[in-house]
Amino acid sequence: MNNFTIAVLVRNQFGVLNRVTSMFRRRRFNINSLTVSETESPGLSRITVSSSGLETDKKQLINQLYKLPDVCSIKELNITESVACELMLIKVKNDPESRADVRDAASAFGAKTLDYTRESIIMRLTGTSRELDAFTDLMRDFTILEICRTGIVSLERGATTISKMEI
Amino acid sequence: MKLSGADIIVRTLIEQGATTVFGYPGGQIINVYDSLYKYRDEITHILTAHEQGAAHAADGYARATGRPGVVIATSGPGATNLVTGIATAYLDSVPMVAITGNVPTTQLGTDSFQEIDITGITLPITKHNYVVGSVEELADTIREAFRLASSGRPGPVLIDVPKDIQVAQCEFTEQEPVIPEPGQAAKEIRIRDAAECINMSQRPFIYFGGGMITSDAEEELLKLAEILDAPIGCSLMGLSAIPTDHPRFLGMQGMHGHYASSMAMHKADCIIALGVRFNDRVTGNRAKFATHAQIVHIDVDGAELDKTVSAAHSMRGDLKLTLGRLLPLLNQKKLPEWRKTVEGLKAEERRTSDSRPGLTPRSAILELNKFLGENTAVATDVGQHQMWTAQNIRLKTKRRFISSGGLGTMGFGMGAAMGAAIGTNERSVLVTGDGGFGMCLNELATAVTYRIPVVILLMNNGVLGMVRQWQTLFFRRHYSNTVLDRKTDFVALSKAFGANGARASSLEELDKALELAFNCDGPFVVECMIDKDEFVLPMLPPGGSMDDIITKVGESDE
Repeated sequence: MNNFTIAVLVRNQFGVLNRVTSMFRRRRFNINSLTVSETESPGLSRITVSSSGLETDKKQLINQLYKLPDVCSIKELNITESVACELMLIKVKNDPESRADVRDAASAFGAKTLDYTRESIIMRLTGTSRELDAFTDLMRDFTILEICRTGIVSLERGATTISKMEI
Repeated sequence: MKLSGADIIVRTLIEQGATTVFGYPGGQIINVYDSLYKYRDEITHILTAHEQGAAHAADGYARATGRPGVVIATSGPGATNLVTGIATAYLDSVPMVAITGNVPTTQLGTDSFQEIDITGITLPITKHNYVVGSVEELADTIREAFRLASSGRPGPVLIDVPKDIQVAQCEFTEQEPVIPEPGQAAKEIRIRDAAECINMSQRPFIYFGGGMITSDAEEELLKLAEILDAPIGCSLMGLSAIPTDHPRFLGMQGMHGHYASSMAMHKADCIIALGVRFNDRVTGNRAKFATHAQIVHIDVDGAELDKTVSAAHSMRGDLKLTLGRLLPLLNQKKLPEWRKTVEGLKAEERRTSDSRPGLTPRSAILELNKFLGENTAVATDVGQHQMWTAQNIRLKTKRRFISSGGLGTMGFGMGAAMGAAIGTNERSVLVTGDGGFGMCLNELATAVTYRIPVVILLMNNGVLGMVRQWQTLFFRRHYSNTVLDRKTDFVALSKAFGANGARASSLEELDKALELAFNCDGPFVVECMIDKDEFVLPMLPPGGSMDDIITKVGESDE
């Protein structure tokens, strides 16, 4: 089992996300993270899918995506040749005993405090999924009230772009 | 020229060459039916008894002609009644364009009367579907649907048209019919690698499926077999691509395939798989499937490669173009030993084949063969009769075997046989069982109305034979809900519908009944009495391998 990340350009049309996710569900692909956003071209949206499975699962996922008429291009983004990151908002309990430890951890990870009240602290952390996991794990020593993560976004290093790639 | 959306739908269908369509009217599609009335000299609409029958008819029409079949239905229940028909076409890669009406755009999403999210429902069973957003995009959407339905691996496309868009007007200019996207050969390097592998083979076997029919590659297929001195087998969906009496053809593969065909594939050292998807009904236990063989797999759909069986050489490409590149790279073979092995398998098959005298499932199909013309389309329902037909029917012409392979839809046959008769403009045949026929026999009314010549060979054994066979073999003869204790008089029933019929309990009676049926104007039901304990053999038990093949049901199984 390996993790892999795939970027997909799709026509920015009503229901397109449903088409993509419906295919994942029907074919029983295991999706770890999925992000969708507009791109530099108004007619196109970009979906970043992170999944795990065997090499054959990955091939199958790409081939099945390729069959959707709304899909314009597909590119696998491998770890070494692309940059990837994720954003997390985490709300922890503001406790006089643990306040200093939370602050230390936040500064070690470079998390920014966005909201600070007597009862709670909201921090924002951007980084790889692994960094976010590690930070979350640390925060378990305190009381996590809420977490919200965006899922992975990723771009290939250098000047190449997905739209210039062959499917 | 300014036209209403409804007129545009019908004009675009005519423009795309769809001059016969199937369907059923209703409130949210009534405008389209008004346009069908208006243009009735240019387009024929066949009104079926049920939308499912219309979908199967469009499917049968498409399979027989290779052109997209068109089906029209209203919103809500009209649309949901199409679902089984669309799914059947999807699983067998049949080009189809389904047009449904829907409530006006402003009412969408409010659970209005007869509103249903048919695009949501058909998402996993169509190649693509559309809700038309404006009358301006209507004509191009239909054109794109035709192009998608017939390009690459064909399939059904659904267009949902809200009522207000049928009413709205815009400019319409007729265009040329769309051309399917041109196919491409597989990558040269892959073809070279595969050729090397094939050239080393001592026991090559060619296995083709429905993709062969879509790609029109049978000439290349036969050349390949001559060069490799190889036997040929096919999946259920491949039947009719080459004449069944071709000397190199061993017949259908799989759970109920011909013994020699399945065995030869099992013994092969190289399987050249063309336009197939290695369905579980073909491979049985995949871990034990063709363990001695290198597989060369060519398919137009990349997602079928390495999906269920991993091939040594898999390549995405159009069969005809790819084979065209592959053939010059192959060395002419002479494989007397392999031939001898295959001849041995054929002899073994003949030895174990059913040669009982009198009326048996096999002799009934052989009797039917005597009446078939070169161009007669034979449709089936699903079950034992389907396998008996697939095993024994004599086919001369491509696209003349019409059967629900992937979805296995009981009730498919009657609609499909009507569609095939209309598509070929000739008498067609439906081989069915009392179970499957019972599901959609209402379409007999349609065949009578339009005087569609369909010979219906109804194999009546009073049971749901295929399930019963499994119950006999694997469920200790617990015949749970497979005994049809019905009192239907099928001959009287056919007369009640305005058709004709005759019953046959012997080969002589069958011969006489078929003689009447093949000379009848319109549909004719031949009720052929079959014993309830007849088996489809050979049988590869589900999940089994060739070592588990059942060629006869002996005392121990009784």
